[in-house]
Amino acid sequence: MSKKLKRVLVSLLVGATVLTLAGCGSSGSTTTSTTKEAVSGEINGGGSTSVQKIIDAAGSEFTALNPDAKFTYSGTGSSDGIKGATAGTYSFGCASRELKTEEKGNLTELIFAYDGIAIVLNPANTVTNLTKDQVAKIYMGEITNWSEVGGADGTIVVVSREDGSGTRDAVEELVGFKEKLKADATIKEGNGNVQTTVAGNTNAIGYVSLTFVDKTVKAIDVDGVKATVDNVKNKTYPISRPFLAMYDESKVDDATLAFLDFLMSTEGQAIVEEHGGIAV
Amino acid sequence: MQAIKRKKRKETIIEGFFLICAFVAVISVLAITVFVFFNGLKPFISNSYPIWDFLTGVEWRPGSNMYGIFYMIVGSIYATFGAILIGVPVAILTAVYISELAGSRLGKMIRFAVELLAGIPSVLYGVFGLGIIVPYVLKISPMAQGESLLATILVLAIMILPTVVSISETSISAVPKEYREGSYALGASKIQTIFKVVLPAARSGIMTGVILGIGRAIGETMAVMLVCGNPIAGIPTSLFDQIRPLTTNIALEMGYASGVHQELLYSTGVVLFIFIMIINLAVNKLVKAKVGS
Repeated sequence: MSKKLKRVLVSLLVGATVLTLAGCGSSGSTTTSTTKEAVSGEINGGGSTSVQKIIDAAGSEFTALNPDAKFTYSGTGSSDGIKGATAGTYSFGCASRELKTEEKGNLTELIFAYDGIAIVLNPANTVTNLTKDQVAKIYMGEITNWSEVGGADGTIVVVSREDGSGTRDAVEELVGFKEKLKADATIKEGNGNVQTTVAGNTNAIGYVSLTFVDKTVKAIDVDGVKATVDNVKNKTYPISRPFLAMYDESKVDDATLAFLDFLMSTEGQAIVEEHGGIAV
Repeated sequence: MQAIKRKKRKETIIEGFFLICAFVAVISVLAITVFVFFNGLKPFISNSYPIWDFLTGVEWRPGSNMYGIFYMIVGSIYATFGAILIGVPVAILTAVYISELAGSRLGKMIRFAVELLAGIPSVLYGVFGLGIIVPYVLKISPMAQGESLLATILVLAIMILPTVVSISETSISAVPKEYREGSYALGASKIQTIFKVVLPAARSGIMTGVILGIGRAIGETMAVMLVCGNPIAGIPTSLFDQIRPLTTNIALEMGYASGVHQELLYSTGVVLFIFIMIINLAVNKLVKAKVGS
């Protein structure tokens, strides 16, 4: 009896395995049939360090799909990316800010993602709106009590991110307190820890990537504009910026264009979201 | 004759294998030391940052080229000292209770709990600290935030318990039965026997536990990072001040750092390294001196 049972079980297992394998095989062949011809050539991009995680991830996914293509990206800063794209030393450049008019030249710009940062407070805090200037003053230590900005009396606990964090760089630059963070700010590693800290302290203020805000904290309005993905996209929310890729139409090669196409595809945009960006 | 020779060769080969295994640890320690010191001393040798400013500075602002770690050294020492002050007495009394006083069932249960404590990943201690200890400290703190030296000390005190308890317990159990019997025969009570006879006899083992506890406390990173506050400047002057220990400074920023910033994080590692060596040597000497007398 038990032997028979065993045999039945084994054959069931084998059958299931074969079916699964067959399933894999068929789904594999459909993907190859939908992708375009494999791209070959060298793509060398460079520029903003803030986009590096997204671009690197998209690049390695792209080269996995197109084994003949070579991909490099050097994070050297937005200005360098723009210069490199103009000069043709990079096949495409990236910037985490809008281009100035004198920088535009012959460049074709492509917004592949947005970056938005929410200012978060504890839900118990009555403050619902701060101006950019007030946020800067709080982070520099010039405003130290919630009563100075219309809240209840209480010392403000300033929570910031570790040095080198892209989110911290972006906030310091966009809000305007570059390298002036007050000395006794609490430093937390990662968006999650900032949220836990703010959720656990009624007097705390912190900032996290917009895509990261959950219900444990309250994202406030900045300059009267709600922190939403839509407001980032229509450029009304002040603590936000576009992630741009640009290239010179006359110098660009097919491999680069194929990569940028991939970046704008559903797959590429999924990578953008996976690495903290807002898809376009 | 042939058989003996073959046997000898076999012995030599096995011995060689043992030697290679033993060298894995030695080589690792050498490699780590050379790597950390090589990278950590670079900025001072190449004069890209003065060592004096590094060791005595009280502000860490990489973006403004300010790299002072003095306040971190103070923070690390305070936190370790505090953790030992609270953790060691609790741990030793726990060890005594398990091996001398508790019945075998209760003793086993407590020992099991302590062993479980040892197996908890350190990041979970940090999450526990952030979720429970920090809000509690906030309630009694004059400051507006709960992240503090005190919170760090409490988390570390719990974390060193398993190390100190298990080593102390082993050495207390190893004290010969005759010592206790002799003490009882002289009319001493159980508690008198424990403090006057058993603990002194087990002292060297207990001290080893304490050294390992200090090592764990000063080197702990993940758990501490979540509860210490990591400010960018300021020497702690009260239990409620935030601290940034040497370890968390490295862990927080190594991921993004480059150039001088990165090298100075290695330098932070060098300082930590030297500290641990000094502590180990000092306590080793202390133990030897006491045991010798």
